[in-house]
Order: sequence, then C-alpha cells, then structure tokens
Amino acid sequence: MTPGDQADPGPDDRSGARLRLEALLLSHFRSHRRVRLSFDGRPVALYGPNGAGKTNLIEAVSLLSPGRGMRRASAEDLSRRPEGLGWKIAAGTAGPDGTHEIETWAEPGQSRSVTLDGKAAPQVALGRVLRVLWLVPSMDRLWIEGAEGRRRFIDRAAMSFDPAHAEVALAYDKAMRERNRLLKDMVRDAAWYAALEGRMAQAGAALEAGRAAAIARLMAAQGAAETAFPAADLALEHPERLIEDEEALRAALAEGRPRDMAAGRALVGPHRSDLRAVWRAKGVAASDASTGEQKALLISLILANARALAQDLGAAPILLLDEVAAHLDAGRRAALYDEIAALGSQAFLTGTGAELFDTLGARAQYLEVTEAEGASVVEERPAP
Amino acid sequence: MSAEGDEAIQRLIALMARLPGLGPRSARRAVLQLVKKKGALLLPLAEAMREVAETARECVNCGNIATRDLCEICADPKRRTGQICVVEDVADLWAMERAQVFRGRYHVLGGTLSALDAVGPEELRIPRLVERVREEEASEIILALAATIDGQTTAHYIADQLPGTSVTSLAQGVPVGGELDYLDDGTITAALKARRAL
Repeated sequence: MTPGDQADPGPDDRSGARLRLEALLLSHFRSHRRVRLSFDGRPVALYGPNGAGKTNLIEAVSLLSPGRGMRRASAEDLSRRPEGLGWKIAAGTAGPDGTHEIETWAEPGQSRSVTLDGKAAPQVALGRVLRVLWLVPSMDRLWIEGAEGRRRFIDRAAMSFDPAHAEVALAYDKAMRERNRLLKDMVRDAAWYAALEGRMAQAGAALEAGRAAAIARLMAAQGAAETAFPAADLALEHPERLIEDEEALRAALAEGRPRDMAAGRALVGPHRSDLRAVWRAKGVAASDASTGEQKALLISLILANARALAQDLGAAPILLLDEVAAHLDAGRRAALYDEIAALGSQAFLTGTGAELFDTLGARAQYLEVTEAEGASVVEERPAP
Repeated sequence: MSAEGDEAIQRLIALMARLPGLGPRSARRAVLQLVKKKGALLLPLAEAMREVAETARECVNCGNIATRDLCEICADPKRRTGQICVVEDVADLWAMERAQVFRGRYHVLGGTLSALDAVGPEELRIPRLVERVREEEASEIILALAATIDGQTTAHYIADQLPGTSVTSLAQGVPVGGELDYLDDGTITAALKARRAL
C-alpha cells in the first residue's frame, strides 16, 4: 500500500461509517405480504406504477424512528387488509456506532412494540440509533396550510438534533391538556392552575429553546452550503406573543387565566407558535412563492437538516423523499442527486418511472415495485 | 369430583388469575397447590382472607391500610410526629418502610392530581393533609411522589397549600450502586442539576 492510498480512502471505506439500512423485512405491512430486501448503503430508487406499494415501503423505514411514521398512521391502519393479522418490520442497520437489529410490530388491536438488539425498548431509543428525515407529498402545502404542520416540521427537525425534544413536547402537551380540562370544567382552584402552569412553563421554555436551536442550525447549514436549492430565513412567531423565557411564560399563563377560561384553552404558549420562512434571495414569504418554489424550499431545508446532522453524528441521516423527483425540472433533479451523493446519505426516493432517476446512474440501487395477486412485489433492477 | 366442585375450583382459578402477577396458568398451579395442601395452606389462607376482609379499612388519619381505625404507624408512639412523608399509594409506603430509614409518619394520597381523569384535591386526601400539618404541628413535609407530570403537579400543588411549612421532595438522580452508562439522558440531567459539594 502506498501513502497515497491511506490519504484517499476509497468509497468502500466511506460507506463503512455511513448510517444505513442493510436489511429490511416487511411482514403483512400494508400492501406487502412478505418482502425481504438487502441494501449496500447507496441511495435506493424505487419505481413502479401508482398504488404498487413504493410509499408503503419507505413508510416502513420511517417507522424505524420514534412516532407514528411519515403518514402518522395508527398501528391498526398499517396491517395488511383484509387479513388484519397485525404487521412486523425487522431491520438491520449499520453506522458509526456499529450495527443494530430493530424489530417493530403490532398485534391486532394493540399499540406498536419495539425491540432493539433483541431487547424490548421504548420508541425514543430508536432516535438514538437511526436518524430518519422525510419529505412527503402531503407536506407540499406546508407553507400555506395551518400552523400545526409547520410546528410539527420544526419539532421534527429539533428532535433529529436532540431526541430529548420529543419528551419535552410530550410533557408540555400533557400539562396543557390537564389545564385545558380545568378551564373547560370551569374549575377555579388557583393552586391547581399554578401547579400545571409551572409544568407548562418549564417544558414550554425548553420546547421553544429546542425549536430556536434547530432554526439556528438549519440556517447555518443552508448558509454554509453550495446548493442549487433556495435558502430560507426562518423565524418563530406567535399570533399573540412569543415567549421563550420560563418565568415570563409562567406569568403570562397565570395572567391569561380569565381569558383562557372564556376560550376553553390556553392562548399563549409554544402550542400556538408558528414557523415563518422567507425566501432569502427574493425576500418573498414562502407562502407567496410558486408551488415549485415552495417544494424547492422544503428540499433545501431537509438537505440543510441532513448536513447539520451529518456534522453532529459523523454520518448523514437516512432520507425518505417520496415523489420528490417528479416535481423537479431535470436540472434541479440532477442537482438533488448530486447533493445526496455528496452528503453520503442513504436516501430512499420514489417515482413512477425509472427514467426519473437516469442522472443518478450507478450511484444508486434500483428496486421496481409492482403489484401481483393483491400484494406488492419488489425486485432489484440494474441501473437505467 | 362433582360438576359443582369443578365449577367452584374454576371460579377460584378465575379469581386468582385477576390478581397482579398471576395469569391463568399460574393461577391454575396455585389453586392446585392449595387444594393439595388443604390443611397447611388452603384453610389458613381462607381464614386469613376472611379476617382481613372483615377488618381491613383505611386508616382514618393517613389513608394507610389498617385493621383498626388507626394504622400501626399512626398508633405507634415511637414514631416522630414532626415529619410527614406524602406518598401516592400504600405500595409506596411499604417501599419506604422496607428501607427502614424514615421514622416519621405517612400520608397516603390515593393517587395524583389529574384533571383528565377527574381526580381533584378532594379525591386525594389533600385537605386532610393540610389539617394534619396543623394538628400535628409538622415541621417538614417530605414529598415522595412519582417523577411524572401528574406527580410533579401534585407536589407543587401541595407545596402551595402549605405556606410556612418546610416542604421537601425526594432527590432524583443516580441510583445507589448504579452505573452512569446505564442511565437515560433525563436521569443524568436531573442528577447533574441536583449535584452537591463533597
């Protein structure tokens, strides 16, 4: 071996540290009866006709992270119909901290269970093993629909940087639901309100801090990159008053009790915050940009999130990009593939035809998804 | 064995299977053992159960399980009166007693505040706790409640009801004999916040 070999690690060495799925088994999951796949760490392009089961396959990958996956489906909905026998996903992963075995499943009528390396584990444990980011067609209207979707978007980004953000969000939500019940029941026990407002303020301040940190990370990662996708200036805003300080939030909640009682819910707090995005180059609010530009902005943010995570973890997260290729012109499509390749992310991309991935070439693995006898069939294909 | 006998045994198995820690299989084994050892186990157990069923009640003072109006702890003159340890449930009281370190008295809330489950202060013996603090001139209330949102809300609520009384809560952090490597992030954060000088 020459010194030059050591200085320039080959592609195989780089993929050794890649965060990736190596094996995936789906059993009675949505349209898939039984599918066993193996991956080599390259991006994965899935193509086939509408309704064949491409999105179902990447939804299964999204369930290897905490939560309800990219469609926010209940465990019951994930079961193959009409059998309804329950479902199971098993995966082998590899990354900078070694290999892991993940299994997740649900029996009929039960919530989903998780084992990590053969031992029962809480869902949050998955966030420490695998980071998964996604972009799905339902997010296309993110900038023009209600604030809830945008909050979920920034909370998912914050969770990707710090899995503990999920616990803070749950704690805030629980304390707020308790207080809302007191408001609706017209309870007038000031001490009970104060105790709950203390919990809300503590979790709420941490929640806004996590979001602000995520925004700072996304902006920095956009600024530092050479990318074909537009950069956005992001900021949190609130229909009433954005409060990021624990004491100030506690005081505002206490002060707002009479008004909240009339409304039957809390009117201040991070549950009403919104994410505002302005297209940096044009100074236009994301909501006023064209549909294609809004999509490009979302891709830009997902890529920025992935770059920032790659910096933290030493490996890029897994990306799930559902029907993204179809909405981009050929130039942007090629740019997206180049950025994914440069990131070293195992991205799962779906599209109706193989031609959508022509510029990806041998940099990806190809799977054709078709439907036969009421079940999805997944077959590996050569590069188009 | 008559059909009636079968039915009675089946009923006993079904009842046993409803106990925590027992399923249908272990309930069958337990019943079989009881029937085999009728004199040594079944009859004394039946007698003990009848006695407890006739006498068990809540201690009027603290909510502990007792066979008289006052539980053994409340009736014990050797127990310190100045300190009251507040627990959620009798099982928590027993856990504290197993450690044999607390020599004061207890107050069993019977749950935690939960507006969603319609559990308010009145359902929780909190008014009785406030009375006790005054009657017993308690100098310290030790809150031994769960580290959940409901547990912490209840703790803050109780502290608010007892102005002028020292209210403390159990520490949260590294368990005795525990290794940091095995702790979750939340516990390590709590332990770091509660660090103390050596």
